[in-house]
Amino acid sequence: MSLVNLIAQGVLLGGYYALIACGLSLMFGVMRIVNLAHGDLAVLAAFLVLTISTTFDVSPFLALVVTVLIMAAVGWALQRFILERSLRSGLLVPLLATFGLSIALENMLFEAFGADTRSLGDLIGDLVFDSVEVTSAFSLSYLAMLIFGLAVALLGALSLFLKRTSLGRAIRATAEDPDTAELVGINARAVYGVAAAISVATVAVAGAMLAMRATFDPYSGPMQLIFAFEAIVIGGIGSLWGTLVGGVVLGLAQSVGATLNPKWFLLAGHLTFFAVLAGRLARDWGRARGGLRAALGF
Amino acid sequence: MTVLPKFAVERWTRASAVSGGVAVAVVAALAVLPLIGGDNLVDKLTTLFVYVILAAMWNALAGYAGLVSVGQQAFFGVGAYFAIRCSVAGVPPYPALIAGALIATAVAVPLSYFMLLLRGGEFSIGMWVLAEAIHLLVNLDPLIQGETGTSMIALNAYAHETRLAANYWLALAGMVGLLGAIFVLLRSPFGASVQAIRDDEEAAASIGVSVQRAKRTMFVLAAFGCALAGVLWLATSVTFQPKTNFGVQWTAYMILMALVGGLGTFEGPILGAVLFFLVQDQFAETGVAYMAGLGTVAILFALFAPRGIWGEIEKRWNLRLLPVGYFLRPTGPPKPDRRSK
Amino acid sequence: MSLLSIERLDVRHGLLQAVREVSFAIDQGETVALVGANGAGKSTLLRAIAGAHAPASGRIVFDGADVTSLRAYKRVARGIALVPEGRRLFGEMTVEENLQVAERVGRRGYWTMQTVMQLFPMLQARRDALTGNLSGGERQAVAIGRALMTNPRLILLDEVSLGLAPVVIEGLYRSLPQLLQGGATLVLVEQELSRALSVATRVMCMLEGRIVLDTPAASATREAIVDAYFGLHRGAEAKGAA
Repeated sequence: MSLVNLIAQGVLLGGYYALIACGLSLMFGVMRIVNLAHGDLAVLAAFLVLTISTTFDVSPFLALVVTVLIMAAVGWALQRFILERSLRSGLLVPLLATFGLSIALENMLFEAFGADTRSLGDLIGDLVFDSVEVTSAFSLSYLAMLIFGLAVALLGALSLFLKRTSLGRAIRATAEDPDTAELVGINARAVYGVAAAISVATVAVAGAMLAMRATFDPYSGPMQLIFAFEAIVIGGIGSLWGTLVGGVVLGLAQSVGATLNPKWFLLAGHLTFFAVLAGRLARDWGRARGGLRAALGF
Repeated sequence: MTVLPKFAVERWTRASAVSGGVAVAVVAALAVLPLIGGDNLVDKLTTLFVYVILAAMWNALAGYAGLVSVGQQAFFGVGAYFAIRCSVAGVPPYPALIAGALIATAVAVPLSYFMLLLRGGEFSIGMWVLAEAIHLLVNLDPLIQGETGTSMIALNAYAHETRLAANYWLALAGMVGLLGAIFVLLRSPFGASVQAIRDDEEAAASIGVSVQRAKRTMFVLAAFGCALAGVLWLATSVTFQPKTNFGVQWTAYMILMALVGGLGTFEGPILGAVLFFLVQDQFAETGVAYMAGLGTVAILFALFAPRGIWGEIEKRWNLRLLPVGYFLRPTGPPKPDRRSK
Repeated sequence: MSLLSIERLDVRHGLLQAVREVSFAIDQGETVALVGANGAGKSTLLRAIAGAHAPASGRIVFDGADVTSLRAYKRVARGIALVPEGRRLFGEMTVEENLQVAERVGRRGYWTMQTVMQLFPMLQARRDALTGNLSGGERQAVAIGRALMTNPRLILLDEVSLGLAPVVIEGLYRSLPQLLQGGATLVLVEQELSRALSVATRVMCMLEGRIVLDTPAASATREAIVDAYFGLHRGAEAKGAA
């Protein structure tokens, strides 16, 4: 049963990674920008939820609704004031600008909130502890299932939105070719603004979940960025459902690694990331030389 | 048919000949400084040299080869780690430090084949993941004891002044050697091909530039430089703590110095390092607010002055002190313009 | 009043001046063939009118309003549609989606999904195919259909027959008169002179960024156009056009 338990915990953990990766994947897919401040925005959202929840004495879930709206506006502003200027100037500028934003954001959060490790865990009552006990060795935490469900719902909603709505089609058209999109009447800048707003709004959800299931501090952001990036690459860039698969694989790798040796939790994730990358590169390499069959002399 | 005015291709302008002479004089003066200068000055200048190395290495990657790495702390940290391992194995301290940097470079060679298959932003975060993975692997070594770290005790065998001077000379030699290597590299045909890659990778490939080979060269050179900076840092601080030595702040400093000074210029990163050194000296005590300020400066430069300070100077006054490119100087009156086609 | 009026338009690609001080006006209902050698500036002129390329100086007036500094998507909303050179379809989207995207601009009129499908019946069966998988003729039909979905008053067709088989071009040109059904005005860039003349009411010839010939199609002689095309008797013609 412990193997089943291990797999279940790994899969559920993967739900969180898919959740945090969703916005990064969308922004990269639409604007071809890797937002290096992605993880820090999640932490900013976590602090916002914490602050709103404690200041107005409301449930963190209610605070999250407000935070999502605020973060959507932050995403729009990010696009309008930082990314838009850098979009046309090649690869270097958006990376440098978002890296600068990452450093600035982390240290401003430190200024504002101090170095203490925080959590939303004690604000959500029993949800932190409650679980479905299948057997004595196998139980599923409600919170972990909630996070996994949220990830599936968010990815599903997002892919329906992109596929079935007029605005979603406009986003896809702009992602593919912004100049031509303008020629059929799409305001590409506005579309980028919407995509950035959606991306950062999903980051807010992920940040709140990070804060509920674990602890966070002003410098937790980069690690979240790395998890999100690993999930996207493992799952295959540009596919929303691939992101879920990537998150699950990452979660499983970490769970298995940690079972073997607690020190291997993160390392197992990183090594899996590199193994998947190596496999993909070997396949491309093989294809470029006529595939495996040609190499074997068939 | 187009008739161009006559031009002569030049590499050295008068300003650059003068500044080349000044550079030689400055290096000579710096070389004898520990014999006359105070310990404090020697120590501080050692730090400055490390900064110059870091800035120049990141510029070599991003400014010339178009590789935005957020993971150079991998080599900074792992160089120091190998140096400690060599020292523990019985190698005398200074040879151990150099060996540490060389082993880190040897590790970078196979890594370069793999990492350079990643593109753009994927390369950036991929390097960060690489640095994290190497950091965690080093933590597994019982000698390092996880985040506790260790010290390069063998360095304490030297008298304080001797060590300071030795570190200083090693740093100076490293800095001059690396800057010289970049200068020579960029003036060679290889340099022209590297800059072609930065400007337009596909176009460069189409005219027969070996894009991957050029990028690999820059990657390995930058790995060596960062590892050398890492062992120099170890030599001055003696202690090795994985969290510090593998900290992403090293890359943050590198980016900031190169960006503010001027990416893609030879002189810019040196200027950026000097500015950063002065600012660090004044404000580092303010800690967090200072770091937030540095981040903001990086955003502002990236958005509004991506050429950096030196890039703006070059543009405005057409001034190049140590030229790595070619210049066209009109030698005769241009013929009357007749349009082509 | 003219539908489109261009006043002393200069367009540059970096240092290269692609369009030089071009001025002309087009009335509602005209079909203008814009001919000229490769690199004469035809495509650049169309792209400048559509807003895909900002001019260095001069004015573009559409339907009485100055649109020179308007972004491309806003010009689409006013009724200018460009069918770009090389089709430029959204290859990861289906035929239907490519057409739907252009619906967003919200100009209602004769052209709907249904009428476009009637115009190009071959697209009906390929509705759900990704446009990346279509044949050249089908792709061109989608590109024209996509422009029509914005119900334009001015349609700019850039090299529609480039790279297509003769029989496909034949079909395409047969459908061109129908494009005017919505009351549109047409400007087409075409390499092949006889095709251009077969549909046009007016011919303009560009040479080195200037319009060197501008004449009703009925009174245009082949010789005069060929002369303008290759820049023979350049001095006299250029003076006449400016």
